[in-house]
Amino acid sequence: MNDLRSLYQEMIVDHGRAPRNFGVLEKASHCRAGHNPLCGDELMLYVDEKDGLIRALRFEGQGCAISMASASLMTEALEGKTLEQAEKLFADFHLLVTDKEHPAELEESLGKLAAFRNLAEFPVRVKCATLAWHTLRAALADDDLPVSTE
Amino acid sequence: MMNFATHRQDFPVLQQTVHGKPLVYLDSAASSQKPQAVLDALLHYYSHDHANVHRGVHTLSERATRAYEKTRDKLRAFINAGHREEIIFSSGTTAGINLVAHSYGRSHVHAGDEIILSVMEHHSNIVPWQLLCEERGATLKIIPMSDRGELDLGAYQNLLSERTKMVAVVHVSNVLGTINPIHEITRLAHERGVPVLVDGAQAFGHLPVDVRALDCDFYVFSSHKAYGPTGVGVLYGKKSWLEKMPPYMGGGDMIETVSFEKTTYQGLPNKFEAGTPNIADVVAFGTALDYIQEIGLANIVAHEQDLLAYAVERLRAIPGLRLIGEAAMRSGAISFAVDNIHPHDLGTILDREGIAIRVGHHCAMPLMKRLGVPATARASFGLYNCRADIDALVDGIVMAKRFFAA
Repeated sequence: MNDLRSLYQEMIVDHGRAPRNFGVLEKASHCRAGHNPLCGDELMLYVDEKDGLIRALRFEGQGCAISMASASLMTEALEGKTLEQAEKLFADFHLLVTDKEHPAELEESLGKLAAFRNLAEFPVRVKCATLAWHTLRAALADDDLPVSTE
Repeated sequence: MMNFATHRQDFPVLQQTVHGKPLVYLDSAASSQKPQAVLDALLHYYSHDHANVHRGVHTLSERATRAYEKTRDKLRAFINAGHREEIIFSSGTTAGINLVAHSYGRSHVHAGDEIILSVMEHHSNIVPWQLLCEERGATLKIIPMSDRGELDLGAYQNLLSERTKMVAVVHVSNVLGTINPIHEITRLAHERGVPVLVDGAQAFGHLPVDVRALDCDFYVFSSHKAYGPTGVGVLYGKKSWLEKMPPYMGGGDMIETVSFEKTTYQGLPNKFEAGTPNIADVVAFGTALDYIQEIGLANIVAHEQDLLAYAVERLRAIPGLRLIGEAAMRSGAISFAVDNIHPHDLGTILDREGIAIRVGHHCAMPLMKRLGVPATARASFGLYNCRADIDALVDGIVMAKRFFAA
């Protein structure tokens, strides 16, 4: 039970149950569907970006608590960030969820996203948490390549 | 009723703890565990008898050939096939279906023809036919089902036409557990001279399978879901069809003579078994068949039906839990959804309790779409399961509900 609570922290359960920024963004500059074929999680991400600044994000979709909470927390974290800051956050977040031995400072700089600090103990669930981020990267790249969590 | 608790002891892998809890294995529909006898058979074969089959004059090759062919004889009897050469070994159910789709499909399916599948097929009984249709300009027709998870035979009858070249249906649904009325399906197809392929992956080892009583033209299944090793599949085909079909893969073992001008092929079953087969696993599959027969298939069926009835009763009593698929005739797989808990989260939470279930789309995405769910949780049974396993599952689900309600 304790190690489960370490994965499903209050923050994650809360955002999984009631995701923030959930819905359509009418004036999105970028829009992209992400899909995790292994588990069927899918989301549609809308981004309003101008001159390298992310002004707003929304998402719709369905999936497990981890994937919904991750998308929700990502949209909160990225509002008002530059594209460079977003890339840096993704790199830090990726390290957090894949490396059990990640440096402690990382958790501080990630703020609320640090709720996923114990995900590295559950390797099969890492893709659930990174789907939103991979979809973001694909949305901003405006390419037609399939979104991959590999 | 036999004492199945003693049979559980036959499975070494089940005698372990996972995350500090005794392993409760409820994922036999994905793959069953193996009894010690099968493990011993593998070791014995490699320790004493291994050589290549069908080629040597030496003693080991003769022994290996005999052991390999003995499994074919056991299988013939097990499914009541008319002839031993109607049993073709491959790598699994998927390979068997691909064999028929290629060999039968390329010689019998043409532009404008139709192939009938059901909405509850596993991807392995969809994609090979879809590839064939794309190549030949044919079309797939899909038998619908009721909300309870039973095929609509009236709609099926209307789909059958002079354009139909094959009906390919699952015997037991890997998601819903529905046992389909195969005999009725073949009877209707045969009225029009259409052959029927049955995907028996979930049925073999869990239900009596009599291919002559079912009167199907092809029946395909895997060893690994029936207590045997991975990497062995069986294709039963009526001799009359198999003889008419061209080889699927070319290579050694399937030829009579080869020259650069012309190759002539072996007769059945070798025509469809190119290359060195999976000898050791086929031999050990024979031991798995013996194991099933020692316990008695009828006893296994009764035991699994008892577990299923108990699981339905206990799961139904959990508030907020919805069973998916409630066919009148069903076998040992049970799918469900729990309000406000995604199947993946449930799977993770149960795993930490030592309970292994399958979550996801179960390689049946069209069926998930029909059911209107992205994924389900599925518990499935083997002869080694007992009521206490279901009690553990129920406790785990109740705990998960508390966890997410908190």
